[in-house]
Amino acid sequence: MADSTSARAAVLAQIRKRLTESSIPASTDAELAAEYQRIPRSYSRGAAADADHLLHLFTERLVDYDAEVVRATSDGVAQAIAGLLAAASERRAMVPEGFPSEWLPQGVEILRDQDANGEQLGHEALDGIKTVITTVSAGIAQTGTIILEHSAGQGRRALTLVPDRHICVVRTSQVVESVPEGVERIRAQATQPITFISGPSATSDIEMTRIRGVHGPRFLGVVLVEQA
Amino acid sequence: MSVRVGKTATAPAFPIAAGGALEDSQLRRNVKHATEVIRAKRGRVVEEAADWEQLRQAGHDIKAHTLRHLDQYLQQFEANCERAGGKVHWARDADEANSIILGLLRGYQATEVIKVKTMTSDEIGLNRALEAAKIEPVETDLADMIIQLGADEPSHIVVPALHKNRAEIREIFLDKMGLDHLGTEATDLTDAARHYLREKFLRVEIGLSGANFAIADTGGVCVVESEGNGRMCLTLPDVLITLVGIEKVIPGFQDLEVYLQTLPRSATGERMNPYNSIWTGVHAGDGPQHFHVVLLDNGRTEMLANDLERETLDCIRCGACLNACPVYRETGGHAYGSIYSGPIGAILSPQLQSMEHSRSLPYASSLCGACYEVCPVKINIPELLIHLRGKVVRTDQSTLAGALNPESLAMKFASRAFQSTSVYVAAQRLARLGQAPFVRKGMIGPLPGMFGGWTKFRDLKAIPKHSFRDWWKDHEKARQKSGGAGPVRSATNASDASRRAASSETKEGASHG
Ligand code: SF4
Repeated sequence: MADSTSARAAVLAQIRKRLTESSIPASTDAELAAEYQRIPRSYSRGAAADADHLLHLFTERLVDYDAEVVRATSDGVAQAIAGLLAAASERRAMVPEGFPSEWLPQGVEILRDQDANGEQLGHEALDGIKTVITTVSAGIAQTGTIILEHSAGQGRRALTLVPDRHICVVRTSQVVESVPEGVERIRAQATQPITFISGPSATSDIEMTRIRGVHGPRFLGVVLVEQA
Repeated sequence: MSVRVGKTATAPAFPIAAGGALEDSQLRRNVKHATEVIRAKRGRVVEEAADWEQLRQAGHDIKAHTLRHLDQYLQQFEANCERAGGKVHWARDADEANSIILGLLRGYQATEVIKVKTMTSDEIGLNRALEAAKIEPVETDLADMIIQLGADEPSHIVVPALHKNRAEIREIFLDKMGLDHLGTEATDLTDAARHYLREKFLRVEIGLSGANFAIADTGGVCVVESEGNGRMCLTLPDVLITLVGIEKVIPGFQDLEVYLQTLPRSATGERMNPYNSIWTGVHAGDGPQHFHVVLLDNGRTEMLANDLERETLDCIRCGACLNACPVYRETGGHAYGSIYSGPIGAILSPQLQSMEHSRSLPYASSLCGACYEVCPVKINIPELLIHLRGKVVRTDQSTLAGALNPESLAMKFASRAFQSTSVYVAAQRLARLGQAPFVRKGMIGPLPGMFGGWTKFRDLKAIPKHSFRDWWKDHEKARQKSGGAGPVRSATNASDASRRAASSETKEGASHG
């Protein structure tokens, strides 16, 4: 194997050398931070849009990228989920630890990410599961995006990837207008695994046209619940 | 140090390769159609973003700041990534990166790896190195699969198989996936890909990826994708190796708020692509438990010494400049002889290799400025192209063989001719005589030798018998003879002519934009 330690020193030295040739001096951490703070950011951080407009936009943008959206009151979530499952003739669903029990649909077999030995399901077992139901960390209206930080109620990353159908519950208070606001919402958990999801899996590789459904879930259902 | 960029060292010069491409009418139709679709989509979603110009500016400023302190930000990234359980390796050039990756793979006893689209791995020729070591690289991006199965070369930095249409892709799949039957709808093709790769995703234990962003303040890595093959490669294997060009580092997690708006809109014309994955080191119980980052220089540091050249490293590989470029839209990507094609390829490929290869690429542009207009990080590509043309000419003239080559001599003569009226007039007269055997109905047909490039794919208008300069001189003489009546008319004529010339230039420019 190549000696990565001397390569490291060489690359760093080369960078310094070339920057010095361009009259750019090395700076202290404080100077670096100050220069970073001075970068002008005059783009929009999202206006205080009224709630109705925000939810309308979020719904419209989700639907535009082939997600299915249903609205529910806080005590109608279980029923809304049951409706989405019934429409797909699905009687079983994977639900990660930490998903609110009052949202669990009736008459549906709830599967857990655990095998007989108490271990996480293997990839093959997971591949046998068609539907997963999760919460989310935030929703971005302008882009029709939901954000997962794979905490309680959302499961490890593979759970929302291998099954073909992903149903998620988004509380209206989690919906923000813009990407900067969405990034702000998850910033405290920035080192968690994070996934931005905007519609079902798709590709633009064939004649530059967005075609739904390749390797990720081909169905994305969103239950939008009016609740803080 | 041996910097390599794909197969550029042995690729034919742009004018020669472009000739082949221009003769392939199916390829031209495919490229034209695909780039038209993407430009229209991009136009719509860019219009939607009222603060687009501010986002571009911020994207530019953040990159400019980062590159001025690249050593510091790389070390920050390294420290944070390793604190979170990742291991960072450094590679000076392509060979070093390949050997680090091979070493790791041998350590894990790999026979197969699943790969998610990384141009950087094409740059270092990783697949060839893996195959030579009997490790099978499995490309999982739909377009990369099409290229790999069809033993083809990428022609676009975002949509590598853009030169293939649906029917051609179907043929490749039918042939290489061992299928008896395959429908003709686009979804039939995506279903086939899903089925073909699923087994590999579930089984192969090592993943290989590139990165869109390496985040200094968290040590995290971000991959932007559509199909979910990225998530599969980043999540299901036990080992993940990520190859990152050193220019991919950004200072903060917060900076994603800019690039996650500009990149998808510029790349595929979407408000947001289906999936962005961000992970930091190793996460217990979630995803790969062994994570390696290989930081690659391969000629990048050479661009840091000059303010203009440094801008090249701002690029977030969105491909918008390719789609906007009137030259790329005619020739497609293969003519550039580099995996980095289009305007960004024309400035990046030669610079990565200290101007030793891809030297014809800075000339593969009409300098219309469309690339700059669309670039989400505001790289001044036209200015860089001119700057690099100067560099090519200067290095040529500094060697004896270069100084004596006919093109270089002609350029030197032209520069003298344009500086002196008498030499210019003489040259014009000479050219008028020289063109005589080639002129048919006022147009010049195919020319021999070094002039051939100008006339290979289009006819040139012949140099008129009477130049504007001749006409002006005659009229001035006539005016002095007739004393007065003439000048008003001729002045009007002259300004009409120049106005017509100016307006036809504007139209030309607009049709390129
Ligand atoms: S140069 Fe600009 S437009 Fe071209 S690929 Fe890079 S970021 Fe995109």
